[in-house]
Amino acid sequence: MSASQLTISGLRQEFQEQRTTSVAVTQQCLDRISSTDTELNAFVTRCDEEALKTAAAADTRLKEGAAAALTGIPLGLKDIFNTRGVRTTCGSKILDNYIPVYDATVVERLREQGVVIVGKLNMDEFAMGSSNETSASGAALNPWDPNRVPGGSSGGSAVAVAAGQVVAALGTDTGGSIRQPAAHCGVVGLKPTYGRVSRYGVIAFASSLDQVGPITRNVEDCALLLGAIAGYDHRDSTSVDCPVPDYQASLRDGVAGKKIGLPREYFIEGLDPEVKRAVDAAIEVYRGLGADLVPVSLPHTDYSVACYYLIATAEASSNLARYDGVRFGVRHSSGGGLIDMYQQTRSAGFGAEVKRRIMLGTYALSSGYYDAYYIKAQKVRTLIRQDFIKAFEQVDLLLTPVAPTAAFRIGEKTADPLQMYLSDIFTIPVNLAGTCAMSIPCGFTEAGMPIGLQLIGKPFGEGDILQAAWAFEQATDWHQRQPTNNRKPDENSL
Amino acid sequence: MKTRYETVIGLEVHVQLTTASKIFCGCSTAFGQSPNSQTCPVCLGLPGALPVLNQEVVNAAIKTGLATNCRIAPYSIFARKNYFYPDLPKGYQISQFELPICEQGWLDISGEELADKRVGITRIHMEEDAGKLLHDSAGGSLVDLNRACTPLLEVVSEPDMRSAAEAIAYLKQLHQIVVYLGVCDGNMEEGSFRCDANVSVRPFGQTEFGIRAEVKNLNSFRFIKQAIDYEVERQIELIEEGGKVVQETRLFDPDAGVTRSMRGKEQAHDYRYFPDPDLLPLEVSDAWIAEIRAALPELPTQKRQRYEEELGLPAYDASVLSAERPLAEYFEALVARHNNPKLCSNWVMGEVLGAIKENDVTISACPVTPELLAGILQRIEDNTISGKIAKTVFSDIWQTGKSADEIIAEKGLKQVTDTGALDAIIDEVIAANPTEVAEYRGGKDKLMGFFVGQVMKASKGKANPGLVNKLLKERLSA
Repeated sequence: MSASQLTISGLRQEFQEQRTTSVAVTQQCLDRISSTDTELNAFVTRCDEEALKTAAAADTRLKEGAAAALTGIPLGLKDIFNTRGVRTTCGSKILDNYIPVYDATVVERLREQGVVIVGKLNMDEFAMGSSNETSASGAALNPWDPNRVPGGSSGGSAVAVAAGQVVAALGTDTGGSIRQPAAHCGVVGLKPTYGRVSRYGVIAFASSLDQVGPITRNVEDCALLLGAIAGYDHRDSTSVDCPVPDYQASLRDGVAGKKIGLPREYFIEGLDPEVKRAVDAAIEVYRGLGADLVPVSLPHTDYSVACYYLIATAEASSNLARYDGVRFGVRHSSGGGLIDMYQQTRSAGFGAEVKRRIMLGTYALSSGYYDAYYIKAQKVRTLIRQDFIKAFEQVDLLLTPVAPTAAFRIGEKTADPLQMYLSDIFTIPVNLAGTCAMSIPCGFTEAGMPIGLQLIGKPFGEGDILQAAWAFEQATDWHQRQPTNNRKPDENSL
Repeated sequence: MKTRYETVIGLEVHVQLTTASKIFCGCSTAFGQSPNSQTCPVCLGLPGALPVLNQEVVNAAIKTGLATNCRIAPYSIFARKNYFYPDLPKGYQISQFELPICEQGWLDISGEELADKRVGITRIHMEEDAGKLLHDSAGGSLVDLNRACTPLLEVVSEPDMRSAAEAIAYLKQLHQIVVYLGVCDGNMEEGSFRCDANVSVRPFGQTEFGIRAEVKNLNSFRFIKQAIDYEVERQIELIEEGGKVVQETRLFDPDAGVTRSMRGKEQAHDYRYFPDPDLLPLEVSDAWIAEIRAALPELPTQKRQRYEEELGLPAYDASVLSAERPLAEYFEALVARHNNPKLCSNWVMGEVLGAIKENDVTISACPVTPELLAGILQRIEDNTISGKIAKTVFSDIWQTGKSADEIIAEKGLKQVTDTGALDAIIDEVIAANPTEVAEYRGGKDKLMGFFVGQVMKASKGKANPGLVNKLLKERLSA
């Protein structure tokens, strides 16, 4: 089986039947990375040696019959997760030399399961971006067309899964950073409910919005990986002590009789016709599966992007204050005093988009503007959350596009931050509401770029959306398509 | 000139709590460990680390709030105070801003030369401390983050005090309370109880406040008094010379006894406070408050009042005995065993305090326990020994740890109350001092003391002084 066809569920079976080993599969991934990543640039740091060691240990564990659900599975981690002893840059020059002394809770949980961590994946700097173009390591490229962005900020994670470099990956989603790249790369991505997965050890962008989630090749893998990372963590005060259901066990329950809401505000002008066509077709698939599709309204959708760019930047401006050159990271100091060192370190260490957001957020929190911006945004956030609560009184889940267009071309939106921000218009409201949502492949553009379908669930309704996603996946074959990688980068666009 | 101005003082006190671990992580709060040995990803502010609130800190805040008559907020919020400084690892301090845990309290202060007065407490909030900067000889600076993230309460008073003496009375009372509650060790030198004073002056009769200066770095009661006095003088002089007080932070220099402007660091900070998204709003139930209220110890003012009203002690005794919790506990244990409060008070304030001071031990380590002391007092009251002999018994107990009865028996200290035996001694004394006898009989009553002394001396202190007095009077007037 080729590396790009490996799945968690498939490998578990093969490990059990001793048809392959973790070492063999890990080596297959490493070879695949070697042959593809010069072009795709999904990896920031590779952990070949450590990965093979862990794989060998996993094989022993498998032999002893002491395996956990994910023992021996080669995974990649967005470079935002603290990994003890393994460089963690968060896509930034300022953390170019940063080697954490501790593991994030999710990393710890994966390690306990005997997961093989193959390496750290490319991302927008401090998860601020929708195209991976703000990464200090340069953008990862879309495996379906290297002239296009993979989406962001978890672009490297989506690319690595789509290109068969890893079996699955973890990303984080603050305003769409799992779902949008998953959609653009034709893979499955899930943003859990706020509080479902621990944020401890995940480098913070916007603390009230950040969530960790899986990016996988199919829905079942997504359920398995979510099950492995979800659950209460006493080290994260915002994690919720609520039992983790067996997501895999309920996958096959179907959608017959389920009420699926179609929010009017998500089917608007500006939605690319090809995307609209694919989503409309998906609606028909669900109708055919016996679901009841009803129109609903989320009336405050229009304010989401503005609201998000106040709250997220305000939190970020404070979260990123610790990168001051004093205790860790890259320090720039050509003599002068303390203030000079701060200025030089932060001027050289942060990229343009991060600086823009720190300034926006600082402004929003400033005395005299706080009420008009930050407080107002919090009030709007409450209204947006209430929109969802009301909608979920009528329906079990919501169905929308993930992004207004398929993956855009590299450089297409870098000059216009506002256009870039608007590419997250359908994903941002979910983070503001704190609920869960996922992206699954639902078609392709004529140019051959994947299109994503978003399923939004009630808070802690991950089981519902996984079930609906699985039903759709069974009824369609979009997830089986793979990037052929026969396209060459345009000379002029690189 | 000075008499035309009224001083206005408000105080912000930082109370470092005695919890075993820090406010947002499990690191130890022990003082004086090697630099950065008590740190973890959370208090180092490493990327990705998150704070988790220590419940013991909330308990201490509620205790302090109740003891200072505050309203305990059912819902309070942690906020980030944003500023850059190398001793502040996250680039923000987690504190409370808009909704603190305690509000609207007060303390009644009193003292010699002070009119009784109620000082308002605006708020008490919880926050984390910063680390410490150490400057090396090469001109570089080093950061020690052991203290970072240790728990503090900030107690903010209303601008209700009108003199340094009132400010000191308020501070001493607050200090007494937090130490009584056991939430703070009260060590001012180590910075466990430190204060910033907001000082302004205004002409008497003016309703609005003058412009205030905030004086920092005050870590002893003496310095606080010096700093306030200096600041008041400075401001009045400035105004009299036609100048204006500017709102600023000033640092007290204890060596020079002056306050100095910190203007360089001041620059009108905008701390950009906002609710910390990493911490949930804190909800405190009525049951939680009730539980803490029920377990509150009796506080010094309550004790003082009780000692006066129920035990009948003079105000001075009551205030000395209630000043420190271990002393009050010693006294109360003694009274429980020997129900003569005034006699108990005399002994505790006299022999006990004298001896522990002389031997440099704490009251809790006093070898003459309340039980042993009660044994002495009993023998005084049943006339087995005199007060004077009792003092030697006390020091014997201090040395040996034996009981009063054992010592009295061993040393034959039992008082002589046998009239026959005393008569014989009195005969000898009268015979030996004919001149004095004649003078006494001639009206020099004062000589009675001399005769008592002689008899006591001859009995080696064992004679019952009351009886001696009585017998002497009879014999000399005969």
